[in-house]
Amino acid sequence: MTPNDFSIVLPEILLAVFGMAALLFTVYTGKDKLASTVTWSVAIVFLIIAAFIGFGGHGSNVAFNGMFIDDAFARFAKVGVLLSGAAVLIMSLDYMVKRDMLKFEYPILVLFATIGMMVMVSAGDLMALYLGLELMSLSLYVVASFRRDSLRSTEAGLKYFVLGSLSSGLLLYGASLTYGFAGTTSFAGIISVAQGDVPLGLLFGLVFLMTGLAFKVSAVPFHMWTPDVYEGAPTPVTAFFATAPKLAAMGLFARVLHDAFGGVVGDWQQILAIIAVASMFLGAFAGIGQTNIKRLMAYSSIAHMGFALMGLAAGNALGVQSAMFYMAIYILMNIGTFAFILLMERDGKPVTEIAALNGYWKVAPGKALALLVLLFSLAGVPPMLGFFGKLAVLQAALDAGLTWLAVGGVIASVVGAFYYLRIVYYMFFGEEGEPLDDQPSMIPVAFLAISSVLVLVGIVNALGLDTMAAIAAEALVR
Amino acid sequence: MDNVLSFVTFLPTVAAVVLLLFLRGEDEVAQLNAKRLALFATVITFLLSLFILAQFDANDTGFQMVEEADWIMGLKYKMGVDGISVLFVLLTTFLMPLVIWSAWDVKVRVKEYMIAFLLLETLMLGVFCALDIMLFYLFFEAGLIPMFLIIGIWGGKDRIYAAFKFFLYTFLGSVLMLVAMIAMYIYSGTTDIATMLDPSQVQFPSDDLTVLGFQIVGGFQTLAFLAFFASFAVKMPMWPVHTWLPDAHVQAPTAGSVVLAAILLKMGGYGFLRFSLPMFPIATELLSTFVLWLSVIAIVYASLVALVQEDMKKLIAYSSVAHMGYVTAGIFSLNQQGLDGAIFQMISHGFISGALFLCVGVIYDRMHTREIDAFGGLVNRMPAYALIFMFFTMANVGLPGTSGFVGEFLTLVGMFKANTWIALVATSGVIFSAAYALWLYRRVVLGDLIKESLKAITDMTAREKWIMAPLVAMTLLLGVYPSLVLDIIGPSVSALIDNYTAALPTDMVATAASH
Repeated sequence: MTPNDFSIVLPEILLAVFGMAALLFTVYTGKDKLASTVTWSVAIVFLIIAAFIGFGGHGSNVAFNGMFIDDAFARFAKVGVLLSGAAVLIMSLDYMVKRDMLKFEYPILVLFATIGMMVMVSAGDLMALYLGLELMSLSLYVVASFRRDSLRSTEAGLKYFVLGSLSSGLLLYGASLTYGFAGTTSFAGIISVAQGDVPLGLLFGLVFLMTGLAFKVSAVPFHMWTPDVYEGAPTPVTAFFATAPKLAAMGLFARVLHDAFGGVVGDWQQILAIIAVASMFLGAFAGIGQTNIKRLMAYSSIAHMGFALMGLAAGNALGVQSAMFYMAIYILMNIGTFAFILLMERDGKPVTEIAALNGYWKVAPGKALALLVLLFSLAGVPPMLGFFGKLAVLQAALDAGLTWLAVGGVIASVVGAFYYLRIVYYMFFGEEGEPLDDQPSMIPVAFLAISSVLVLVGIVNALGLDTMAAIAAEALVR
Repeated sequence: MDNVLSFVTFLPTVAAVVLLLFLRGEDEVAQLNAKRLALFATVITFLLSLFILAQFDANDTGFQMVEEADWIMGLKYKMGVDGISVLFVLLTTFLMPLVIWSAWDVKVRVKEYMIAFLLLETLMLGVFCALDIMLFYLFFEAGLIPMFLIIGIWGGKDRIYAAFKFFLYTFLGSVLMLVAMIAMYIYSGTTDIATMLDPSQVQFPSDDLTVLGFQIVGGFQTLAFLAFFASFAVKMPMWPVHTWLPDAHVQAPTAGSVVLAAILLKMGGYGFLRFSLPMFPIATELLSTFVLWLSVIAIVYASLVALVQEDMKKLIAYSSVAHMGYVTAGIFSLNQQGLDGAIFQMISHGFISGALFLCVGVIYDRMHTREIDAFGGLVNRMPAYALIFMFFTMANVGLPGTSGFVGEFLTLVGMFKANTWIALVATSGVIFSAAYALWLYRRVVLGDLIKESLKAITDMTAREKWIMAPLVAMTLLLGVYPSLVLDIIGPSVSALIDNYTAALPTDMVATAASH
């Protein structure tokens, strides 16, 4: 490790050292009594590191002989991951304290998962890819089954673990095939081999790699775990699942496809397009019958991943830009929506039935209005920011000549609009039922308000996200 | 004033934000304040919009009062009006104060009701002013949100079904248009409507394409035309995609029905004039006969369906479908009279259908039913109402002297020039419309007042009369002096037709001349 390498991975090392120190310290001192402090400090460290990466990073740097890449693309994804991680930690604090769920392991596991994600998006080698992916996944398996006393939560964790291991196995198999036929594990080496007519074995490797990655972004047909895990895991954990890991996995997807297989775009474009269209339609149709808002959000996220993959399927810089832009907006909307779900409770108990929102407008007009904005944004109705995300990916897809994919996407989005409208229907049109509590818990309310305002204000300049995504995409696809 | 269009467009939004942030409470005073502020804002908007008319130069066929600024993702914020759009802007600003005033008796969630209408006004004005296709789409589509809420929250018994049907129907239509718009952007490299309208700069390809084994004559133009058609035909609405309209009208509150019939439907016709005709002339030429037949089917079919309706609002809704049939038929006659007539018909229909829905609202507020059979002999207790209702019934039928006549006559002349058979069938619609409208009037207003429940009904209040007064005035004025409108739209329309004919290849011009 040269000092230069060290300075490039400094953020990851700092985080890891901080995580281990925090773990040791809390174990030997107050344990769960310190949980809230640890959560806050992890969130603050996330924010500091995000600022450090966002403002301090420049250029494209490579460490460990190409194992680790620090470029604008990685920084975009890392800042997104860190910010959403911090947001989820802060907004879920009240919820967890109230239900006596806050253990000091929670923030620390989130932190390790985040390090994994940061390694993922910076991976320049199949080894680094796997390292990051597993660090993230293992932490997430544990977080999913965080409520040991809850059947649902442990089931969710176990399901996630079994299916996740399977997908890791597939990914490893793909990695080994790729290594066998390319003779190297580094992306830079693979791309020099994967040009023009590639051997069948390398293509198989590519397909298996994509399978493993599709599982992580929960794209159809590898989505089965998503609804169960979303429903079973405690709501703050679900909020985390829906945001940071999705961005990281999508980033990794783009990284592998362009850095390692950028020479054979035609070979993976069709696969991605089919995965994308299937995800959009399944997410749209399967969401219709859901009665649980967390399951609904699971299908919603499947559909959204389909849209982001549609952007990637374009196979060029514009595609990567639109996918990253889409993901950033997706995270913004999901943070707000989950902040709202965290607020849903009746007599102090969390409620996740959509029907419980009946007449919610009369209880809390402000919050209902904020959610309304987010829901229309999720549905992709202008003038909300969600529409611009859809516009960007559609533009990328049409530009690449994937007209059928774009048409499929917009039709799926109409079907999907139905279930978002259904929530609006319960909140605004519904007869008065047993009302939910109007919670005074300020932090989630603030997150809800901020994200809905941002989604609306985004119409002015898209919050600058489109420019940032463009810079990121340029760094990846040259 | 350089930014008069933006001022006019966004003033209602400013008022809505003020209402949202600064008005508290649900008591009488707060409600009254909300209504007053909304009325004030819409009146000011109308007065400001008169500046647009004053500055407007009818002989200049280009876009005027253009504002331009950079926006996100390579798009532009560009506003401007020409002869085709300027009157729709005026129509909207003119009707909105009346709409707000007509909602004076609403008791539930008044503040939110007003906010919804104010936002809706901004979005409707934006549609008519936008000169960037994405900006247009944004306004066009965003209008669904307040209307969805207006129907869903303040609507009648089956409001939820109607609201969902309204939203999903129109949403499905417009997303296809979005795909076509993006494709146009990629092809032409611009989203600027003015550039796209200029045939010397952008001409969309019309070479035949093969899609899924089907030969598409007219290629890109045909596909894009159909995508736009999907959106505008639903919005108009044209037969057979009109079925959302009767539901939406019946369930919407009175003010919502008025906006829907008087302004929102016009977006479809405006879209045809702004996009379909000038941008895809070859596809238009290929498909115009098809659209003409759809239109006359709409005229005859909707008129017949209107005859058997039991619900007054539904009857007027079907009558709207029939009248919009004249509009599309006029547009796709592709000659000066047809297009002039179509625009005239849209504006006149804005006044007449709006007034008719207000008339239904007047008796609905008193009796809480819209069943035709629940009424009869109203003339005995409500003379003023009988007079006004008769006036608008006649205008709806197209009696000479009212604006309805001018629109119908011009479109029929246009149709006759394009295709005699079409005109023949369409003319029968005039008779049917007289049948359903007069029969409705007889059943509701004339005869003896025998129903016990109606014995105590009161005539129109001063407020209701004052709301009707401007509508009566405009209907009469345009009926006897149509040049007011025709002088403004004429030059732009003839420029549109010239460009259209110029864009056709020579072998098509020959066929174009024959119809």
